Amino acid sequence: MSTEGRAAAFFLTPALVVLIVFFFVPVIAGFALSVTDFDLYSIGDLHNLRFVAFHNYAEVLKNRVFWTAFFNTLYFSVVGGPLTVAASLAGALLVNARAAKWKPIFRTIYFAPVVTTLVAVAMVFRFLYHPRFGVINLILDRMGLPVVDWLGDPRFAMPAIVIFAVWKNFGYNVIIFIAGLQNIPEELYEAARIDGAGEWRQFRHVTLPMLGPTFLFVGTVTAIGYLQLFAEPYVMTRGGPVNKTLSAVMLMYQQGFKWWRMGYAAAIAFLLFLVIGAATMLQMRLQERRR
Amino acid sequence: MKRNAILVNALLIIGATVTLFPLLWMISASFMTSGESITWPPHVIPHHPTLAQYRDLFTRLKVGRAFFSSTFIAVVTTLFSLLFNSMAGYAFAKLRFRGRERMFGLLLTALVIPAQVGMLPLFLLMKTLHLVNTYWGVIIPSLTTVLGIFLVRQFMLSVPQELLEAARIDGAGEWRIYWSVVMPLARPILATLAIFTFMTTWNDFMWPLIVLSSDAKYTLPVLIASLSGEHAIDVELMMAGSVVTVLPVLLLFLCLQRYYIAGLMAGSVKG
Repeated sequence: MSTEGRAAAFFLTPALVVLIVFFFVPVIAGFALSVTDFDLYSIGDLHNLRFVAFHNYAEVLKNRVFWTAFFNTLYFSVVGGPLTVAASLAGALLVNARAAKWKPIFRTIYFAPVVTTLVAVAMVFRFLYHPRFGVINLILDRMGLPVVDWLGDPRFAMPAIVIFAVWKNFGYNVIIFIAGLQNIPEELYEAARIDGAGEWRQFRHVTLPMLGPTFLFVGTVTAIGYLQLFAEPYVMTRGGPVNKTLSAVMLMYQQGFKWWRMGYAAAIAFLLFLVIGAATMLQMRLQERRR
Repeated sequence: MKRNAILVNALLIIGATVTLFPLLWMISASFMTSGESITWPPHVIPHHPTLAQYRDLFTRLKVGRAFFSSTFIAVVTTLFSLLFNSMAGYAFAKLRFRGRERMFGLLLTALVIPAQVGMLPLFLLMKTLHLVNTYWGVIIPSLTTVLGIFLVRQFMLSVPQELLEAARIDGAGEWRIYWSVVMPLARPILATLAIFTFMTTWNDFMWPLIVLSSDAKYTLPVLIASLSGEHAIDVELMMAGSVVTVLPVLLLFLCLQRYYIAGLMAGSVKG
């Protein structure tokens, strides 16, 4: 081996050992686990472990609670993703507007929720959503609107979590959209103005088409991240009311780490992985088309 | 034009108010006496500002211990990941060896695999290694991240090869070149990586929740989540706990946002 080759081996070893032993091997082992009946008895004595092929997957797919969790997760991702991105775009357009003052300050404010600790601010929102004493219901009441039991009513629990997620995450994409907006050549706007286009038509015919690729990229990345919903319902609703906010990862956590049905939980994890993989592939396809 | 300016700035201010309100409410409620925040009608400014909740937090609820756990885990993870990620990033960027591009490409696939997929076996592994309910059980899996290696590599690609060659001709060993020539140049990306790692580790919830089983070892987010299950806890006390959890990362971000945003941009254009 060359000197450089030996040096490379030395520099790579710590990182590769950590990644292989504590990431890649567990991921592969996760699949192996999902085709066994690993449960509480197997933790006590590995002799109780049996190969069950795709039995866990069949069981999971037959379980109504899994489908509830699956569609809740999908709802959160498909509704929450676009809403977040729309709020991000609105924020970025405002901050980037020529008439806007104190741009760096507003940018920082909008970004602040992103760096906060999810669990802590979820607690804050739990109290803001309080049916009797919450500030949100106070405002609704003052405006003459009906008050809502946000986290207790099956119809409103998931929307309440979506609103929280929009608040928490929209600032992240604001930064990316601002960069995208600043990359649009000024000449395009000048040309549009010469053609007599007003603000709205400039937005419609210059900004949106130019920002389209960023929009698509950011939207899918956000939606994919949302498929891993866990801490929000864990802290705010414990998956209730009547499983209306139970997510796929939360179901995996309950089955795996509360009831120690690890084979079954691993099957849930892999089904989620399949969905995320498919969504990622779709996103890459869209991105390639834009090139 | 004038009307447009007023509209834009008014909307910006409304947006900022909605964004900041929950955080301001959290801070304000943490200074209220017990039960004050749940009286009708709700009010935002405490009638008799008090530090009682914070005192309670550190004496009765032992939040000091969770603060220590969070700090220890975040600091140790950050230091080690700076070292491991920069070493690997350096090798991928500057050293020539067989299979370099293929190995790097393989590592990048990890970016699309959600961490939850490996968590069940990872827990069993930690159990075998007797690392369940220890700080190291939380720390070890995050000692290296593919994104960290990626960020360092991209940055170090721009370090001129001649600089390394010159150092080699001068007789510097490989470690010297990495530590004394390349690392000082990489300071901006190392700062970015440090803030990213610290904040991610501090805010992390699911893995610490799984690994840590005794409340003496809980990190702040895990402690808060466990307290949220008890109904006997006052709102004001919970808000003080949230402030203690959120404030360190928020201040860190405000002081170092330049590096943070730079890293965010570098990471998001990876596609």
